[in-house]
Order: sequence, then structure tokens, then C-alpha cells
Amino acid sequence: MSVDEKTVRRVARLARIQVADADLPKLAGEMNVILSFVEQLNEVKVDNVEPLTSVVEQNMKKRQDVVTDGHYPKAITQNAAASEDDFFMVPKVVE
Amino acid sequence: MSNLTSLTIAEARAKLQKREISAFELTESYIAAIEKAKLLNAYVAETPDQARAMAKASDAKLAKGEGGSLEGIPLGIKDLFATKGVHTQACSHILDGFKPGYESTVTQNLWNAGAVMLGKLNMDEFAMGSSNETSYYGAVTNPWRRKNSNAALVPGGSSGGSASAVAAHICAAATATDTGGSIRQPAAFTGTVGIKPTYGRVSRWGVVAFASSLDQAGPITRDVRDAAIMLKAMASVDDKDTTSVDLPVPDYEKAIGKSVKGLRVGIPKEYRPDGLSSEINAVWDKGAQWLKEQGAEIVEISLPHTKYALPAYYIVAPAEASSNLARYDGVRFGLRVPGDDLIDTYEKTRAAGFGKEVQRRVMIGTYVLSAGYYDAYYVRAQKVRTLIKQDFDMAWSKVDVVLTPATPSAAFAPGEITDPVQMYLNDIFTVTVNMAGLPGIAVPAGLSSEGLPLGLQLIGKPFDEETLFQTAHVIEQAAGRFTAKSWW
Repeated sequence: MSVDEKTVRRVARLARIQVADADLPKLAGEMNVILSFVEQLNEVKVDNVEPLTSVVEQNMKKRQDVVTDGHYPKAITQNAAASEDDFFMVPKVVE
Repeated sequence: MSNLTSLTIAEARAKLQKREISAFELTESYIAAIEKAKLLNAYVAETPDQARAMAKASDAKLAKGEGGSLEGIPLGIKDLFATKGVHTQACSHILDGFKPGYESTVTQNLWNAGAVMLGKLNMDEFAMGSSNETSYYGAVTNPWRRKNSNAALVPGGSSGGSASAVAAHICAAATATDTGGSIRQPAAFTGTVGIKPTYGRVSRWGVVAFASSLDQAGPITRDVRDAAIMLKAMASVDDKDTTSVDLPVPDYEKAIGKSVKGLRVGIPKEYRPDGLSSEINAVWDKGAQWLKEQGAEIVEISLPHTKYALPAYYIVAPAEASSNLARYDGVRFGLRVPGDDLIDTYEKTRAAGFGKEVQRRVMIGTYVLSAGYYDAYYVRAQKVRTLIKQDFDMAWSKVDVVLTPATPSAAFAPGEITDPVQMYLNDIFTVTVNMAGLPGIAVPAGLSSEGLPLGLQLIGKPFDEETLFQTAHVIEQAAGRFTAKSWW
């Protein structure tokens, strides 16, 4: 499988990264080099093989569903580019 | 006093406990050494005031005969670890100005053990790279140079700042992280020791995430004993990380000095690809010979899916990275580049904030996870991962530990490798270990004909770091230790 400029444009949109039209051919080229490198996985017989979901056999830890942390909105918003009254500020999204 | 920086952790610990030296003077020696080593660009943020305060507190404890296992030992911290109120940016532009309001579990464990923080260390942006050339803060220089040459060399990556700082004696030891080889490859390039523990041994809480199923923190140190001391302090069982495994942390130092008599050491034939340099082959054979002389049994083994580990990694790691890095959107922390609307703000922020290699990996990850491609790429790669793990599971019935080269070459020059896939091949011997979740240690084994360090890797059974320390120490005893001559 190889990607064309249209696909790169779509992927960039999904990844929320602005890409200039002039950069599309170069990016497509680089992505195709990597995709052709990973293509060799098609040689491997994977019928009846389960995908690996955890490298260590351990049951997922569980805990009581209680609040153990929180109540410090100032600490949460202190690194934001813009905040007001303990809320994150973003450009208007509702008309 | 300058020779205080040449002490290993174990040596400094003995002198501190006997009060032959103070933590304060040890820390001052390192602060002065850092000042003189700016050319290496190993530190991205220095915290001398904090270091002095921590050293004074350590001296107060030591004076009372108290103190933890690392009391008064000055460390460098990779910029990937959250340190409360201190520069934590994963060496990315997108985390500009970020100062976390919390401390990572690993660094908290180190401070609880009495360690002193000298500052934050340079690295490849978001740990994506094998040469430390992708850092927003510029490349790191390797303290090692080729014989009769002044040309700069890379320290490896992504923990390039950690490796360079340890090799240059501008910290006693450093924290590092390893997703595909990011502890072991730079350790091999700088003549230092680096261990990536078993997945789940060290908490990932407060460590900036790259690929969550592969990331694991570990130390880079000057010798094997120091690595054992550091890992003991870093490792813990942590409720804040659900993948942290409920097993007590052993006293790794006790494994140092144990004989390898009767130990079965596997040599995987697949790690000798066509075109592997004769020097690497020779150092590998020498390593096996050293272990044999000490009574170990050398066993040839096969790990048939080895060649598929790297391509599978370059699906799994970017896929997980594209999800993890979705949080950098200019809203909650770091850089924001204003746009016409919210989406435009996201896109402009991420285009300006992520470097080229990070963008490339996020794009690949987004593509392989996108509708219609998920099964062909991601699920297939995870199936291949099962096969890689099964290769090792079968090997453990025949051997106790596996010996391989750490890297396919010695350190190279900046700009020498520009093709991404060529760069990825640096991790060809280390990446299988992450894919299978196993522990691996890189230990210096000799110098190349050009005078550069070459490393060997030992791979262990899950949670059998002790055998790695035991075996690596035997190699270290035979090979000796290697120190770069100061030119900086």
C-alpha cells in the first residue's frame, strides 16, 4: 500500500497538523518509505495468532470507585495559554 | 576537589557515610563541572540552587547517621520526567514553559532515597530519535571522539543527554527511558551502562508518554553496580500506574559478584545479519568467551521472528504515539498558536510545536489506525509481537540469559544518517526486548579500532534483572571500564 498526496492531506487533517500544499509530496515520499519498510510483515503467517495485548501476565488492578485526588483547579489551569475563573479558554466554538 | 566527580555512586556513598566528603562539596564539584561542559549541550535546565538545598539536607541527615540509599548523590534527570515546578518539556517546542504541579513517581522515589537533582537532561523530542538530533534544544555531543579526530559524534538517543552527562562525569548517574533502545543504544555509544527493566517494574506515572505499551524507565550509570543501586531506588509498586506489577523490588546489588558458573547463555543466530561489521562480531565473540571462561555454558539459539521486530515496532510505536500526543492541542499547557477557530488553532499549534520527526510519526500512527487500515497494520503488528514474545518464551527453556551486540555500529557523526529507516536500524538489536517486555542491559565491552566504545546487550527473563546485573558485572570485570578523555 502506498499513500498519495490526497491521503496525506486527509491524514494530516485527522492528526490536526497543518501541512502546506508544497510539503505534501515530500511527506508522501517519506511516509511511503516507512510504509514499504513495514510491508515485510506481510510475509509472516499470523493465522490463529492472537494479537498481543499485554507483555506481562497480570490482571488489571482494580480500586474502589472513590475520589482520591482533586479540588485544585488553579494547579490544573496554571500551565494553560489562556484561562479564566479556573476554566480553559479556547476560541469561540458556538455561534 | 575536581576528582570528586570521578567517583562512582558506590564510591561516593562510602565516602559520604564515613563523612570523608560532604554532599555539599560533592554537589558543588558537579555544578562546576556542568559549567565547564556547556559544549556538550547535555543539560537543558540546570537547578543549582535546588541542588545545593538538597545537598545541605542530605548532609544534615548523614551527620545523624541517617539517610537513604542515594543520600547526597547528584543526579541528572531526563527531560521526560515530570519534576514539580521545574522545566519539563520532553525537549519539544510544544511544551514551551510547562512546569508540572506534580512529581513523577520515579523522581519522587529518588528524592525519597536522598538523591540531589542537578537539572534536566537533553533528549530527542518526545524520545523519538536515535541520535539526539531531534531535540528542540539542539543536538547533544558525545564526550567520545574518534582517535586523532576533533569531529563531533552523536551520543545516541533518545536518552542522549543522559548518556553524554554520565560519560562526561557531569552527574553521578542519570534517569533515562527506553521505548525501542533509548537507554541501551546511547549507553553503548558512550561507554556507559544502561538497563531497561521489565515492563511494569518501574512506574510510568509522571513520565511523558511516547508508546505506552513499550515505554519503561531505567538508569544510565558508569558501572554495573551503580546501575543496580539506581534501579533499586527507581523501581516500585505504584497504584498510580495500573501496569506497575505487584512484585517486591529485590536488592539488585546482591547480584553483583555472583559467579556465572553453570549459567546458560544463549547466542541467537538471527542477531548476526549479513553485513554486520567484523568489529561487532568480534566483540560479541569475546563477550561469549569471557563468560565461558567463568564457567558459563554457551548455547546457540534461534529467535526466528527477530527481523520482523523493527517493522512491527514502526507500526505499534507511532500508533500509540499518535494517540498519546493528541493531548498537545494548545489548550491545557504549552504552546498555543492562535488560529481562525478552534480546529485551526489545533492545527497551527501542532504544526509549529512538533518537530519534523514527531510529525512524521504522528502521521504514520494516524494512518495505520485510520478506518480500513487498522487490521492490516496495527492488528497484524500486534500478532507479530505475540510471535516475537513466543520466540523468547521458547528460548527460556534452553537458556537463562541471552547475549547480543547492543548496536550495529559505534557512534556516528551528526548529519551522517538522514534517511529515517536507516536511523531506525540503530535499534535493530534492542527493539525486540521492548516488543516482548523483557529486561535488557547494555554494558561496555571494548573499543573499536577508531577508539570508540562498543557495547554488548544481555536480555533476561521477565523480572530477572538480577541475572543481568550478575552477568553484566562479569563482562565488566573482563572488559574493564572506559572513560572519555576530557576535551570540553
